[in-house]
Amino acid sequence: MADVALRKAVPADRAVLLRRLQEYGVYGGLVVLLVFNIAFTDNFLSGENFRTQAVQVSPILIVALGMALAIGTEGVDLSVGSVMALSTSLLALYLGYGPWLALLVVLVGGAAVGLLNGSLIAFVGVQPIVATLALMVGVRGLALVLLPQLKDVRNPGMASLGSGDIAGIPYVVLIAVALALVVGFTVRRTTFGRQLLAIGDSRPAAQLAGLPVRRVLVLVYICCGMLAAVAGFLATARLQASDPTSLGNLMELSAITAVVVGGTPLSGGRVRIAGTVAGAVLIQLLTATLIKHDLPPSWTQIAQGAVIVLAVYAARERGKR
Amino acid sequence: MTVMKEQPAPLATTTDQDSPGSGRGERLSAHAQQHGALVALVVLAVVASFSFDSFATGDNVENMAVSSAFLAVVALGMTFVIITGGIDLSVGSVFVLGGVLAAWGSRYGTVVAILLPLTVCGLVGLVNGLLIAKARLAPFIVTLATMLAARGVMLNITDEGGRTYLVDKDAFFAQLGQGKVLGIGTPVWITAVLFVVGAVALRRSRFGQHVYAVGGNEDAAALMGTPVARTKIIVYTLSGVLAGLAGVLNAAWLTSGVTILGIGMELDAIAAVVIGGTLLSGGMGFVSGSLVGVVLLKVIQNIINQIGSLDSAYQQVASGAFLVVVIIAQTWLGRRRRVL
Repeated sequence: MADVALRKAVPADRAVLLRRLQEYGVYGGLVVLLVFNIAFTDNFLSGENFRTQAVQVSPILIVALGMALAIGTEGVDLSVGSVMALSTSLLALYLGYGPWLALLVVLVGGAAVGLLNGSLIAFVGVQPIVATLALMVGVRGLALVLLPQLKDVRNPGMASLGSGDIAGIPYVVLIAVALALVVGFTVRRTTFGRQLLAIGDSRPAAQLAGLPVRRVLVLVYICCGMLAAVAGFLATARLQASDPTSLGNLMELSAITAVVVGGTPLSGGRVRIAGTVAGAVLIQLLTATLIKHDLPPSWTQIAQGAVIVLAVYAARERGKR
Repeated sequence: MTVMKEQPAPLATTTDQDSPGSGRGERLSAHAQQHGALVALVVLAVVASFSFDSFATGDNVENMAVSSAFLAVVALGMTFVIITGGIDLSVGSVFVLGGVLAAWGSRYGTVVAILLPLTVCGLVGLVNGLLIAKARLAPFIVTLATMLAARGVMLNITDEGGRTYLVDKDAFFAQLGQGKVLGIGTPVWITAVLFVVGAVALRRSRFGQHVYAVGGNEDAAALMGTPVARTKIIVYTLSGVLAGLAGVLNAAWLTSGVTILGIGMELDAIAAVVIGGTLLSGGMGFVSGSLVGVVLLKVIQNIINQIGSLDSAYQQVASGAFLVVVIIAQTWLGRRRRVL
């Protein structure tokens, strides 16, 4: 993003305050929403409600994890919703050969889209938004070519994956949490994570420092594609139907919102996984709150727009470190 | 189609062109970048008219022209935005908002049906511009937010998309979309006029120079006294107004405010602008290219429709693949220009 360097210097203490606001604002927002719901929403504190919310947020969170990686490199992946559609089509086609093979095919499909995205970005030098935009259009079409209409996906294993649980915690949620931990660890503790952040901070500098910039970028988009594929797989398992027309629609927006609201700057160089989790929950909770209080879905969109602007506004004066 | 003859050297790229060793190779690639879409369009159209009897018929051409008009008007605004180095993702939502407001307003007369949507959509654009220019938020994320919000507002005034406002077919307003002048639909004429005005504004006015300067190098432009913030605000407002106008014309054409339109339109518009030779990094571009880009997308769509066995899913695959090819070519040509 072409941010001007001519901005006024921010006093140090104010800069710190702004940075804290950006990093922890999402938790403040969550607390406000929780307090509001506990006070004014019927049956909010029931286990059933928590379960429902957690199951619904899981696919968004899984996609957002990949998106956080892409945004960390100062990129973005608009094709994630279409990858979900592709994975639901592939799943419907290959489930007959058993769920494990179907999962493998789905993962390979997601990785292939990611590889294409990453290659366009890393080797051809296309801007991420444009490259993934092209794939977004093409991959959704491919999903529809493979599976022209909605199809029931009935399989005992899939059904239990979609709605089963361990000690009351649904599998879907456990998988989402596990993936969040893995991605969080990768960003913080591995060489790959550090290289990723270095590239996001300054790609020319990373190049000069001899980092394998292209390889890391391609890997990031492969991760992003595979995570979206997993989300598509789990969403299909839960719905017990493959619907490539509508699955994953606008998912890229929800994922970007979760990441940005969670304090990851669009300018790259930093990734907040805990914040991303909180951001995804915040969006889900906001939607649920508005619906529970009988506000029509259109208000959700307006509110989501407002939340995005507020979150980015809070983050605006803090440039890169 | 009106294709403006324009100078091949845009203002802000003069530094590129002054680089040592600028020779025939560079000029060739510059031409390829600027007129590649036009060549592709001509080739495709010629091949298609030989391959399909129904392609080059008056009805089909007229149909393609009118259905291109709405996207073209949106792409015109997008061209200005992209030349400043920005992006406007809200145009699809603003388009459908404009259409619904126009259909609703048409019962109070043509003036209301036009001015109400243009005002509201202009305001959305103004908000975009203020947040981007004054609060210095990233265009991508700001317009993403207004994309959600504008669609939310549209759903709100149509009972969650359940109510469709109709335009009286006999009203003067409907003529804006359905009328014909010299056998050519009114939307096509309006689009043509807008593109001529847009091209002149971009090439010959002070405002146009500011647009290129802001996209070329914002800091340098600011230091030279270009009103950076004002230029950005105008550009995003313009984009909102034009997207709204496209919605107005579309509502007049369909004689109703259809609530499900506009999804993904921002992507089509961006694609058309990019195919037309405008660089997403800003500072370079021209409106005639965007027009060619829109028509090219429509011709591809039409050809796929003509090959009856291919359904719309293949169409998406084809446009995605086509976009990838164009992007690779553009990036390659752009790099070549910079290197040479």
